[in-house]
Amino acid sequence: MGMRYFTKQNRALITELVRTDFKLRYQGSVLGYAWSLLRPLLLFVILYIVFVNFLKVGTGVPHFPVYLLLGIVVWNFFNEMTTLSIDSIVRRGDLIRKIGIPKWIIIFSSSISSLINLALNLLVVGIFLFINHVNLLSSILWLPLILVEVYILALGVSLLLSAAFVKYRDVNYIWEVLMQAGFYMTPIIYPISRITNVKLQEFIMINPMAQAIQDSRYAVVTHQSMTVYQVFGGGWYKFIPFTIVLVIFVVGLQYFRKESKYFAENI
Amino acid sequence: MDEPAISVIGLSKNFKLPHEKNSSIKSAFVNFYRRRKSYEMQEAIKDVSFEIQKGEFFGIVGRNGSGKSTLLKILAGIYVPTTGEVRVNGKLTPFIELGVGFNPELTGRENVFLNGALLGFDRKQMAAMYKEIVDFAELKRFMDQKLKNYSSGMQVRLAFSIAIRARSDILLIDEVLAVGDAAFQAKCYNYFEKLKKDKKTVVFVSHDMNAVKRFCDRAMYIKGGIMTGIGEPDQIADIYSVENIQDIQGPPEEPESSKQKLSTSHALKSKVLKQTAGVLEIEFSYTAGGHEPAYIGLSVQREGVSIAEITTPLEDDLSGTGRIKYSLDLTPLNPGSYHIGAGLYLKRNRQLLAMTPTKSNFIIKGNDPTKGGSLKLEHNWQKEE
Repeated sequence: MGMRYFTKQNRALITELVRTDFKLRYQGSVLGYAWSLLRPLLLFVILYIVFVNFLKVGTGVPHFPVYLLLGIVVWNFFNEMTTLSIDSIVRRGDLIRKIGIPKWIIIFSSSISSLINLALNLLVVGIFLFINHVNLLSSILWLPLILVEVYILALGVSLLLSAAFVKYRDVNYIWEVLMQAGFYMTPIIYPISRITNVKLQEFIMINPMAQAIQDSRYAVVTHQSMTVYQVFGGGWYKFIPFTIVLVIFVVGLQYFRKESKYFAENI
Repeated sequence: MDEPAISVIGLSKNFKLPHEKNSSIKSAFVNFYRRRKSYEMQEAIKDVSFEIQKGEFFGIVGRNGSGKSTLLKILAGIYVPTTGEVRVNGKLTPFIELGVGFNPELTGRENVFLNGALLGFDRKQMAAMYKEIVDFAELKRFMDQKLKNYSSGMQVRLAFSIAIRARSDILLIDEVLAVGDAAFQAKCYNYFEKLKKDKKTVVFVSHDMNAVKRFCDRAMYIKGGIMTGIGEPDQIADIYSVENIQDIQGPPEEPESSKQKLSTSHALKSKVLKQTAGVLEIEFSYTAGGHEPAYIGLSVQREGVSIAEITTPLEDDLSGTGRIKYSLDLTPLNPGSYHIGAGLYLKRNRQLLAMTPTKSNFIIKGNDPTKGGSLKLEHNWQKEE
């Protein structure tokens, strides 16, 4: 990524596409943009009532409501960005068939929309942190780096799936199911410490999303959040999640590059 | 000598046309397992080479499905060539159609900025041009309405008004004239004049032979993905007009199986011999490879409008070298100046053997104030009691 990619024209195009995305997303809805905050909040309320009030999942974790919300927000960002990206190439088919623009711009601009949403959601997390009297931890400085990791993972997945979707229209259904499984395979609504089987705990933490969510909770909410370093101790295994992120990104980028030449004729 | 603006070298483009569309993973697996090709290769462009010089207004002419739009899309960078190469020297507009990316749910104003970004303008540049664009499109009152409430004419006006701001050295224009009314066409023509004056390089795809003749410096004819002719726009336009007639009322094509061994058949020449006493005589000279069925396609035009189109299958096969005399009865025509285009073709592959020169005009002399237009029609009258 350098001047060759982010030329003045490409930047202008990305800006306009992001603008359009935002204008169109909540068109015709009364609450409009408020929905991008309301959706995760409502999900949070439901999960809170079911898992915290009824099932008492979060006992023993300090500031569990904020802990839960942060997990939901990070997961939601990944979920939204990948889901919106999958059909973004096909959705913009009219553009791709009639104008020679760099195709990555479409995925990139859709990712920017998701990033803006993430920023808004993190604001709500901030408010919750304040209400819950959570002490500000100096480790919060790690949060941006953790989010960059999630973003790279989401970008890699988006590139891979959007290119595959042009050829195979099953991809979005498969991904929908995977994301549903992933939601429960990732320690979002339950603390990882509740899993007593060590092998299973390790298996869950190999998932980069589990690692990132646990790390971000550790960084922002409480040091009692179990991270990949604690689960695997000093071994090399702790690098597995990061390796997965890197591999997915490189594979996604290469596949997208190869396929994007033929988008115009395959859509 | 300047480098050409566009060089196309040995360009071919194949499309895989799936028989049964492989857009689910299951069918992909099934087909992979069976190891059969479930697609057909379509050769949209076959080994085309040409150059377009800087400042040239270059036409691409061909019938529907001839590959001209594919060619333009390759020039625009939308398709990648299967083999061969396209070298572009200068900044090229990447769009080939008006109003690309227009979104019906956005207002006219928002669409202007979005469309502008696709042409490579940022918001600041667009804001500076905005008033000009709206004035030119004559849509000031409608800019805050959603595009879906625009008529198609209004949309085209807006799109055109943005597109002409594009500041590139090379412009690709596909069939713009097909979409608008007469007033819009006049605006297009003015714009083309301006492009010519500014010495822009233009690649122009059109079905409108008058526009091709009027604006293009050079043109090429493309048929079945093969470039079959390149040169004077008048000549190319005539090929198009004549070929078009045959495809409308055309002779049925011979099946592939009856392949005859044929050596090359040459186009020689043909000429309008003479015009005497209401008869026009045309002579075609040819060299045919073997015994070949052939036909003559002919069109008579007046002021660019075709008034008669005739296909004449020849009873005898062509062989060797020879000449054919063709005569046309002109008595149904009123006095005036006419243009004639005629060609001698092989039936097998519609290969052109001989064609009348571009400037084949004839004049029917006389002056009869009681008759106007091109045709004399038989008429009678009687007074009823």
